[in-house]
Amino acid sequence: MLELKNISFAVDNRQILQEVNLQLPDSRFVVITGPNGSGKTTLARLIMGIEQPTGGQIIFNGQDITHLNITERARLGISFAFQQPVRFKGLTVADLISLAAGQKMSTADVCQYLSEVGLCARDYVNREVDGKLSGGELKRIEIAGILARGNQTKLSLFDEPEAGIDLWSFNNLIEVFTNMRKQSQAGIVVISHQERILAIADELVVLSGGRIVQRGPQSEILPCLLNVDYKYSACKGGTRND
Amino acid sequence: MTKPDAITQNLLAAVADLHDVPSGAYNLRLNGESAGRRSTANIQIEAKQDKPGIDIHIKPGTKNESVHIPVVLSQSGLTETVYNDFYIGENADVIIVAGCGIHNAGAEKAEHDGLHRFFVGAGARVRYIEKHYGEGDGAGQRIMNPHTVAELAEGAYLEMETVQIKGVDSTIRRTDAILQAEATLVVKEKIMTHGSQLAETHFNVEMNGPSASCSLSSRSVAAGQSKQVFCSNIVGNAPCNGHSECDGIIMDEAQISAIPEISANHPDASLIHEAAIGKIAGEQILKLQTLGLTEAEAEAQIISGFLK
Repeated sequence: MLELKNISFAVDNRQILQEVNLQLPDSRFVVITGPNGSGKTTLARLIMGIEQPTGGQIIFNGQDITHLNITERARLGISFAFQQPVRFKGLTVADLISLAAGQKMSTADVCQYLSEVGLCARDYVNREVDGKLSGGELKRIEIAGILARGNQTKLSLFDEPEAGIDLWSFNNLIEVFTNMRKQSQAGIVVISHQERILAIADELVVLSGGRIVQRGPQSEILPCLLNVDYKYSACKGGTRND
Repeated sequence: MTKPDAITQNLLAAVADLHDVPSGAYNLRLNGESAGRRSTANIQIEAKQDKPGIDIHIKPGTKNESVHIPVVLSQSGLTETVYNDFYIGENADVIIVAGCGIHNAGAEKAEHDGLHRFFVGAGARVRYIEKHYGEGDGAGQRIMNPHTVAELAEGAYLEMETVQIKGVDSTIRRTDAILQAEATLVVKEKIMTHGSQLAETHFNVEMNGPSASCSLSSRSVAAGQSKQVFCSNIVGNAPCNGHSECDGIIMDEAQISAIPEISANHPDASLIHEAAIGKIAGEQILKLQTLGLTEAEAEAQIISGFLK
């Protein structure tokens, strides 16, 4: 269980997030959505420790992690898939998956994770994670890295996993999330705009202007979002948080 | 070959992955003298009569054979210049493993300079691997200055992998190559410098025949106050393809210069140079931290991957 208490974040006197309160329980698939600039990515980066909040507290499984660094949070079981995967000259796909798993992986194990994200594994194992891979390929490798973290992960964060992914891969992506949801007790938090990802969530959280404006079961929130096109005030469903 | 001492064994393992007497042809040079040599039916190794060094003759059509020619210096104050010539017969396909290890526990410098000349026959393929390594806690400098000259006949292929990761205080490496039609030269260079080390590499490649091609790639890491210079000049005198790429990671107060030159003397010569020098990208460290590595562990992984 991850809990955000009155989390605020400002840069150069510009308020990005304002007093956000949110509980993200284990075994739940939560999608955070909202318009561009609403603070979704910032929220995910604050949870991972890439940014430090200017106010508030982050509690993870009862421990205050507000001032822990990225490495410490990763070791407590928080995983993060970047919106724009990082490229490495020299590190191969097998190296990166092994680093994610925390141990040297056999080719067969690496292949298994790559196959799960729809990559023809043998073609990729020894390729460098560099600019020669397409955006979609990098994105899938990024997700394979989260899968490889396996049981170490207690909470996975995915920042717009659909960005840069083609339609074929997108079907595969939905399948990956559905399987994760079934097979793991870990909490899954996905930042997304994609209706099909929203549709497989247990819960939806809607951010706007740095605040949570709606939160509740997907079955209640999604119809509102689709009807009112992000005019949240018109919707009665879910828990209002502002 | 008599059993080498522990220091020599360690150096042989570092520069040539040798843990025992190599199979196939070899020549071991130890503190300025030949300490073991074997020729085979297809590969003849002979000492030069007029100066230090050896001639290596590989018969045309020799396939899947290797030659090991490691050099080890463990005496402080020893300076040597060695001349090795390789004559690779037409259509041969061989691996040559060279390498130099210096253990300097004394106060005086230990220096190995070498001129390697490769005459690669038509259609022959050579993979040449050269590692340089220094160790020893003496104040004396460990210096290596290799000069390689390669002449590639029609359709010849030479791949050079050169690695210098540790312990060499000063190196100036020169590589000059001349390529005839359809010849290919591939160079992969990896260098890491620490402390106040200096490493310079100079490439000069002339492509004189149609469809010749050359690919030079240098990856280097400079840490401490070390200095590195990468100079390359690829000359296209015929319809040909040339590509050079220099990637440097700079750390601490180190300095790296990349001085690329490409010269096309034929309208169908296609030549490209790419160079990039910079710190380790912060986002790379961040990414590995999200996998549970500390900043120092992340940095070490990024560097070892980069120089792999």
